[in-house]
Amino acid sequence: MTEDLVSKKQLKYLNASTRKLIWWKYRKHTLAMIGLVSIAGMYFTAVFCEFLAPYSKDTRHLEAIFAPITKIHFFDEKGSLSWPFVRQSSLELDMENHRATVVEVPGTHFPIKFFVKGDSYLFWGMWEWNRHLFGVEQPGTLFLFGADRMGRDVFSRCLYGTRISLSIGMIGVLLSLLLGVTLGGISGYFGGWPDGIIQRIIEVIRCFPSIPLWMGLSAAMPPHWPAMKVYFAITLILSLVGWTDLARMVRGKLMSLREEEFVLAAKFVGASDLRIIFKHLLPSFTSHIIVSVTLAIPGMILAETALSFLGIGLRPPITSLGVLLKEAQNVTTVALYPWLLIPVFFVILIVLSFNFVGDGLRDAVDPYSR
Amino acid sequence: MFAYIIRRILIMIPTLIAISMISFIIIQLPPGDFLTTYVSQLSASGETVDQAELESLKKRFGLDEPIYMQYLQWVWNFIHGDFGHSFEWNKPVSELIGERLQLTIIISVCTLLFTWAVAVPIGVYSAVRQYSWLDYVLTVFGFIGLATPNFLLALILLWVSYAYLGLSIGGLFSPDYADAPWSFAKVLDLFKHLWIPVVIVGLGHTAKFIRIIRGNLLDELRKPYVVTARAKGLSETRLILKYPVRVAINPLVSTIGWTLPELISGIAITAVVLNLPTTGPLLLSALMSQDMQLAGTFIMLLSCLTVVGTLLSDILLAWVDPRIRFGAREGL
Repeated sequence: MTEDLVSKKQLKYLNASTRKLIWWKYRKHTLAMIGLVSIAGMYFTAVFCEFLAPYSKDTRHLEAIFAPITKIHFFDEKGSLSWPFVRQSSLELDMENHRATVVEVPGTHFPIKFFVKGDSYLFWGMWEWNRHLFGVEQPGTLFLFGADRMGRDVFSRCLYGTRISLSIGMIGVLLSLLLGVTLGGISGYFGGWPDGIIQRIIEVIRCFPSIPLWMGLSAAMPPHWPAMKVYFAITLILSLVGWTDLARMVRGKLMSLREEEFVLAAKFVGASDLRIIFKHLLPSFTSHIIVSVTLAIPGMILAETALSFLGIGLRPPITSLGVLLKEAQNVTTVALYPWLLIPVFFVILIVLSFNFVGDGLRDAVDPYSR
Repeated sequence: MFAYIIRRILIMIPTLIAISMISFIIIQLPPGDFLTTYVSQLSASGETVDQAELESLKKRFGLDEPIYMQYLQWVWNFIHGDFGHSFEWNKPVSELIGERLQLTIIISVCTLLFTWAVAVPIGVYSAVRQYSWLDYVLTVFGFIGLATPNFLLALILLWVSYAYLGLSIGGLFSPDYADAPWSFAKVLDLFKHLWIPVVIVGLGHTAKFIRIIRGNLLDELRKPYVVTARAKGLSETRLILKYPVRVAINPLVSTIGWTLPELISGIAITAVVLNLPTTGPLLLSALMSQDMQLAGTFIMLLSCLTVVGTLLSDILLAWVDPRIRFGAREGL
């Protein structure tokens, strides 16, 4: 009589799969849920950034060099409420401070429209289109985050930068996952001298202060390399230094698991080492690997940002958040045009979200505890 | 204890050898050697280099020898304090790095001390008053501190202080003292500027340590010996400070090994933003101009610094924690 012994709620819990239990536990973690939603949003942005951004990343508006954040007006000249609109901006020489400033032209009226026609782009490098989610018609301009020294829209560039930064994190982590699981796997499963050598290598890599090492490696790239090659080289460099944490985790887990009975049983029925590792051992701690990977991504993104910020990472035309921040290196520029600092908050948001998700996952992967 | 230290120093040697190899590889990575740079510099300034002189220079620097001999030569010179020649500055490398390395060490040690001084009381408070509003505030602060990369924080601070307070927080010395010889007043001036990079670099680590201490102390507080001590009527302050806190702050010492490389990394990049006269900006400019002798020396020395730091922390840990000391003795 199960109904007497356990309630319906308990029965649901007892019948649930591990995956379901992890999800239930994860759902309770508010910050982790916020992080998950924000990461999902950012990846969505990264995938569709050509459409979501009002301008393409390299469109230069000569009339809007260092244009401040465009004011969106809700009231027209007569003071009555209207659909949000912007005024046309134009460059004016400020003779007092000897610099050009961007001012609004009174009387102009450019309503913000959805699915507006703008710069044409190749969506995912395949389909040509010229509609953008929102924007204003020419010659009006809409700069949500202002414009930079070449009159490019910082908001659009942030979206494109997010795409590159996130992709660096993904590819870099995949590479270091490959290295970490392979080397950590050999180290943990076989032990003995391979373990000794791999452990020494890990120790040496961890001794190096990572940023100077990254700097040294990426500065060694020949300056004539094309931007795309630099992109892959940087990803490779980041993962060459970043795989050690994963390898240690995999090694530790394998060492404790290889003594379990199910491994012995698999050996008795004649399974090969590779089969035991990939079919029996790795799946038993996939969740832990996912946690480590989630927590490793922000480190990769930050490292790339730091390198590009210093000018030895990615180079234009590839635009990452770090490349954007390079514009903000000079204090006097930033003091005059503070909106150039906005990409900083994108970086912080990405890192914070990944950390929240990682923390939540770490708590949730052992659904049977407590 | 003595045997333990000897053993630790012996373990260090292969690590140092590996580090020297990687540094040497970094020096060799860019195409061409420093003679090519030298020749191109000369021809850029309109001078011609004749082949015989080139050959004699090659011989003098040992560039005609196989790569492993060059490596051994480099290591030999390195041990004897000859770090090579910087072509960007046209000076021996050793002259350029002395003071900068010193400042890097000062900042790292100060940051470490700052981190401990802030993290221990806050961590203990958060654990003892778990789920109080201040604990929540500190947790949120911790998350933000953890997520804000220090060079971006430096950038934001720099902008805020420049735009709103009208002062520049960059640099380590006031203009009056920058080139002055060391004196008491200069040291005082240094400390006036030092706290900014220390706080910036230390913030992330402080946040991390607060979380470690809080977690550890919470585990300790549930243990029976705490209950026993409380039952015996020990005052709460004394009880917490005397036993569980001592166990809970153990990781501070044991994590120096990986904290130091991170701190030095953080200082390197924060120094570039704040324009501090430490190793970071010089390393960057050396890398940009492919002045690899200088850059390689920096990377090598910074790594050696962390190895030595790790050694010191291990000795400290063995001194603090008898289990490690005796474990090592059994192991021998």
